[in-house]
Amino acid sequence: MEMIADAASWCLIVLGCFFLVTGALGMLRMPDVYTRMHAASVIDTIGATLLILGLIIQAGPTLIALKLVFVLALFFFFSPVASHAVAQAALHADVKPILSEDRRDRDVPDGPEAKSGKGARS
Amino acid sequence: MRTLVLATALAAFWLALSGHYTPFLISVGALCVILVVYLAHRMHIVDEEGQPVELFLAAPTYWLWLFVEIAKSAWSVTWIILDPRLPISPTFTRVRAGQKTAAGIATYANSITLTPGTITTGVSGDILDVHAIVKSGADDLEAGGMDQRVTQFEGNASTARREKA
Repeated sequence: MEMIADAASWCLIVLGCFFLVTGALGMLRMPDVYTRMHAASVIDTIGATLLILGLIIQAGPTLIALKLVFVLALFFFFSPVASHAVAQAALHADVKPILSEDRRDRDVPDGPEAKSGKGARS
Repeated sequence: MRTLVLATALAAFWLALSGHYTPFLISVGALCVILVVYLAHRMHIVDEEGQPVELFLAAPTYWLWLFVEIAKSAWSVTWIILDPRLPISPTFTRVRAGQKTAAGIATYANSITLTPGTITTGVSGDILDVHAIVKSGADDLEAGGMDQRVTQFEGNASTARREKA
């Protein structure tokens, strides 16, 4: 039983590390700040989750495992806020993104929501 | 009601983090909970935006769905990074958030950012500016699948609220 848990947790930790290293590599390879942030988000979502899941299995059903869950929840609530702040700061500072297509001026359709949503929801 | 939920959550948080259950530490914890609840009331943040209790019940299923989405797109971004040709086609686009409440729109915007490959860079009203690393990511968002899922999550919550009332 101990061995299965160890094996599972090591698999998760190694897989998590793979995503961390890939994300770091992506941050080096990407051409500008916005695309680099996409590489970084691989690190703080899937990489961190797998790593912490592995650590939770190592910790067993203790308070430490619960604290690791808190750390994970913190990641999922704060990292989008931080990413958003960085992206918006870059835009405010007039950092021009490298784009293959800019659709920011497109007409935003009301989408499927306006057609069916309102009635279906209430 | 919201105050009660906030106080319970804070107390549980204290007990989980402390791990020492002596009378002194528990009474200090109770004092802290009272202080924080009082301050939150003074700041007027105990409302449906700061304390969306309606969303709590539906949250676990939504998180599970979101996690699968994150895993899928993390996988595709991983392959983009590892591809020697680096096949990116960065695209800026804007999408409409179909949610009714501030908490719903924030959930949608944060879900977009959490999913690797797409970042919400700006919000004005219910229009979100989104940067996607590949064109297909922007196409997927414009198709609105995630928007509908978040609206459904928010909608379930508001039905639950009506039933309670």
